[in-house]
This record gives sequence, C-alpha cells and structure tokens, in this order.
Amino acid sequence: MNTYIKLAWRNLWRNKKRTLIAASSVFFAVILALIMRSMQRGYYDYMIDASVRMYTGYIQIHGKDYWEKKSLEESMIVDEKQFQKLKEISGIKLIVPRFETFSLISYGNKTKVAQITGINPQLENQLTDLKKKIVSGQYLNDSSKGIMLAKGLAEILNVNVGDSIVIYGQGYHGVTAAAQVPVTGIIKFTLPELNKSFTYLSISYAQWLFSAPERLTSISIMIDNPKDIDEIKSEIHNIFSDNYEVMDWEELSPELVQSIQIDNAQGIIMLGILYVVIAFGIFGTIMMMTAERVKEFGILISVGMKKWRLALVTLLETLFVSFIGVISGAIISIPILLYFKANPIPLTGEYAKAILAWGFEPILPFAVYPGMFFAQIWTVLAIALVSALYPILFIRKLQPVDALRG
Amino acid sequence: MSLIELKDVSRIYDETVVPIRAVDSVNLIIDKGEFTAIVGPSGSGKTTLLNLIGGLDQPTAGKIIVDGTDISTYKPDVLINFRLHHIGFVFQAYNLIPVFTAKENVEFIMLLQNIPKTEREKKALDFLQAVGLGDRVNATPAELSGGQQQRVAVARALASSPSFVLADEPTANLDSASAESLLDLMENLNQNNNMTFVFSTHDQKVIRRAHRVVTLQDGKVKSDELNPIRIKNEN
Repeated sequence: MNTYIKLAWRNLWRNKKRTLIAASSVFFAVILALIMRSMQRGYYDYMIDASVRMYTGYIQIHGKDYWEKKSLEESMIVDEKQFQKLKEISGIKLIVPRFETFSLISYGNKTKVAQITGINPQLENQLTDLKKKIVSGQYLNDSSKGIMLAKGLAEILNVNVGDSIVIYGQGYHGVTAAAQVPVTGIIKFTLPELNKSFTYLSISYAQWLFSAPERLTSISIMIDNPKDIDEIKSEIHNIFSDNYEVMDWEELSPELVQSIQIDNAQGIIMLGILYVVIAFGIFGTIMMMTAERVKEFGILISVGMKKWRLALVTLLETLFVSFIGVISGAIISIPILLYFKANPIPLTGEYAKAILAWGFEPILPFAVYPGMFFAQIWTVLAIALVSALYPILFIRKLQPVDALRG
Repeated sequence: MSLIELKDVSRIYDETVVPIRAVDSVNLIIDKGEFTAIVGPSGSGKTTLLNLIGGLDQPTAGKIIVDGTDISTYKPDVLINFRLHHIGFVFQAYNLIPVFTAKENVEFIMLLQNIPKTEREKKALDFLQAVGLGDRVNATPAELSGGQQQRVAVARALASSPSFVLADEPTANLDSASAESLLDLMENLNQNNNMTFVFSTHDQKVIRRAHRVVTLQDGKVKSDELNPIRIKNEN
C-alpha cells in the first residue's frame, strides 16, 4: 500500500502548478464556506440567545392550554416540591416565575390596554436585565405595591413617576380586578410593541390584585448549554403532570425558527454553488491528469498492474489533491473564525438600526463548532470520490493495445 | 517443448468498411532460449503479432499457446495476471514510471507480484547491477540517458522472472552506441541465462544479432529462417 501511496503522491507533483491550482481552488472555497457558515451559525446563536434573554427563556412551563388561550383560567399552581425538583435538574441556570395578564390602565381621561406582568424582580432582572432599562424612578422589589410602566405607554397616558394610574380588569374566575397603583418606575424598551404595552408589578401584588393567590401563568427557564435542551425538557416533563405544558424556545418563538430556517436554506444554496465550483475544479484537474496519462496507464496494465490497483492510485491522487486544499483551508480559517468570534463585526447603517429596534446589539458574531469543519471535510471528500469515478471508469474500459497507441 | 505457439492466428480489424487483416493465418513456434526478430515493413503486422503473443490483444481466429497455456480465450483480467507472471515487456519509448527511481521502477513489478519488500529490494539492486546501472539506482528516468532508461526497462522486464521478453522496437530511440550496448546486454542474458527474447524491429543492428528472423508482409509470414547474416558472421 505504501508504494501506491508514494506513487500517487509523487504523481501529483509531476505537474506542480496544476496540483497547486486545484488544491488552491479547494482551499479558498473551504475558507469562504467556513466563514459563511460560521457567520450564519454565529448570527443564529446570537439571535436565539438574545430572543430567549429578552423574555421567553429556553424553556417555559405553563398550565395546560395556557399558551393557546392566554387566559388566567389556565394559570397554574406550582408547589414547593415541584420547584425543588426543578432546581435539582442539572444544567438549569435560572428559574423565573411570572404572572401575566391583560388589563385596562387609565390615567385622567386616557385608557389603554396593557400587558401586566407580575415578576420576581431579582430573578427577572437576572433573565432580562430589566433593571438596566429603567429610565426614571426605582426598580421593583418583592414587596413593592407600585407599577413600572414602559416609556411609550407612560407617554401615551402622560404619566410620570409618582403619579397613580388605575388598573381595571378581570381576575381569576371572573373576579373584578381594580386598584389605584402608584407609578414607581419608567422603563424603556427598544422594541416598539413592548414599549407601548408592557407594565410590571411584583408577583405577589399581581396575584393579590387579580385574585389568583399562588397562581402563575409561566415559569421561564434558562439553561447552561442550549445543546442539553431536549434532555432538560424531558426531565421537566417527568416532574409535571399532563395538566402542565412544557415548551422550548422553538415552540415559543416559531417565527424566529422560521426566519432562521429560511436564512439557513439560502446559506445552503450559496454553499451548494460554492461546492459546484470546487467540484468543477477537482474534476477538471482529474480529467486532465487522466487524459495526459492514457499511454502510461496502458503500459502499467500491459506489464501486469491490475486495473483496480491503478484505479486505487488515481483515487488516492484525487483524495490527496482534495485534502491538501480542505485541510489547509480548515487550518488557516481557524484563527480567522476565532478572531471574529472574539471580535464580532459591528453593523452599521439601516440594518444596524433595524436590529437595534429589535432590542439587539447590532453585531455579527461568528460561531466555531467542530462540526462545521467536519462537514467541509466530508463534503469535499464526497466531491473527490464522485470526481474519482471518472478515472476509475476510464481505466475500467481501457484496452492496453488502444492505450499503447496513445 | 515450444515456449510460444501460434496456430493459424488471425487478427482482423473491422473498424472500416473494408476489414483489415493485420495478422493473417500465422503459424509460428518459438522455443525456449531463442533470440528472434520479427521484421517487416511498416504496417506488416509486427506490433500486432507481438501484442497477440504478449496477451495485450486477442486473436480473431486461431490459438496462441504460451508456456503450454492457451491464452487466446482468456478474459482481460486473467490476461493481466498472466502477463505479470510470464511475460517481460520492453517498449520502444522505455515507458518507465517517471516519478520512481530506477530501483523503484524495477521493484514495482515485483510488488505487483506480492514479493516481500526485502527480497524485491535485493533483486532490484541485483538486476540493475546486471544491466550495468549499479551506480544509478536512485536516479529518476529524467536523470538517465535513453540507453540507461532502456536498460532499466530490461531490468524491469527481467525482474518479474518471465518465461520470455517481448521487445517492441527497443533500439528505435537509441543512438548507435547505446543500441549496441543494449543488444550486448540482451544477448548476454540470452546466452548466459537462456532468456528468450522476441523483438519486433526495423533496426539492422538488431536483425544482425538475431538467431532467427521472421519476416512479415501484409500480416502473413513471408519468411522464417535462421539469420543468414549471423550464420555468415559466425562462419
């Protein structure tokens, strides 16, 4: 085998320029493909992370049918034992309970429908960094009986910190929920929909106000490693009965999943085009290498070299030229990708504004996964194997007498 | 017992409207130890006949018996193996593997025969020594002269321990001195090792040295005689 490897390797360097050009086409295509893929995966990871941190968490627990009906009647009670078991699941970083409903909010002669979210102020801050969004007044505490309003909503109602608004809505089992509540803080969201409708109470006060003591509408869960999500979700399922629903971020944010899928499909099409270019580069080289060695193949078969052995040599040549390109491309791209992972590309212009409006920092981070490199290696290997079929089939049909004539 | 026997062998190419009888009803027996030249004008069928004897081509009709085996019905894959173990080839254009050294070229044929590494290394050196290239074992074909390359080709042909060597115009690309030197080498191998050589050639130098000269014309054997020039010289 060593001799065949030696023969194949030396054959490659009979025409150094051609081999280097073919390997270079693979090299640059691999770098380009890895940068594209790293950028895409980095952006998806960033979007997912930003999305779950903004509100949903990676996993949420609800009462059965709550997600569909969004009604307090489908709210749930989670006892201490269940909380304790949740905390014991390894990989869970944060458990954030919420009480969410809609209500009318009035000030003077202005009334608006708003989302009321009862929160554990400390845990909520750990998940969403809510405290940083305060633009005036104070952040809530556990025993607070005040309300924090989103800035846009406060502007519509024309209220400031210190004013009192009226909440008028429907509580659990249809009980009227009404109270005059002082505004203790104004928070600013970059996303307009949130900025015009969000309000926060402490969870205990919200439960009291809506006559739903101990009841929660959701528990948001953050995990250490997104890769463990299925396992953790399954463990959570085991704690809660069928009267609860456990949903992951993909189920909670289907529109995000869809946008990633569309973008990913576009990326794969681009990669496909790139691979077609690689394939033609390799195939062209292999065709030339075959065409100029017909007589040589004939001689080798004449003196007794079996056709499969000759085919093996040409297969090795194809693999070598491909692997020179793919391995060197992968090695060179590692520091490039790591650099951009550590130093994301800042976005500017309208695109940056659009991303800012969604509440995300306008950057383009890169992701580096070993799988991305293996995917390149396997793909180029597959291309090389398909390209190698040409000389193999050529040699199979080759008649030594015809080949010797040249 | 004959080493090579052709019984009423024909090779007809019907690529064109009029079939070409490249070899036409040839009967020929070559015994062990012969030093035979197949001669004739261009298009007389020399190379086709050599290809048939060497199992590179198959006859349209007739039988080719080599070493007691009828190879005319062998399938191409079986023929490759047969050639490897029974026939040594020397080509007009040397046709060494350009990326291998002289030693590796000679060794390669033994590798195909699955001879162990140490044994084939030793044999390769011995054969190169025998053809006078003991000091050029690590030279690549590009570093050797035409005559030296053809000597390596002879060493390669002998390395497989063949029953006979087929040489297609072996001196055609060599200068006179190199051609004579190569023929000396082949003649010595014939006389000392009883190695059978069958040449196709135009070259008078080769024809002068052959023991037997088979002349072809239009695919038929025109004459088959002991070499009159050699007999005259020996007398």
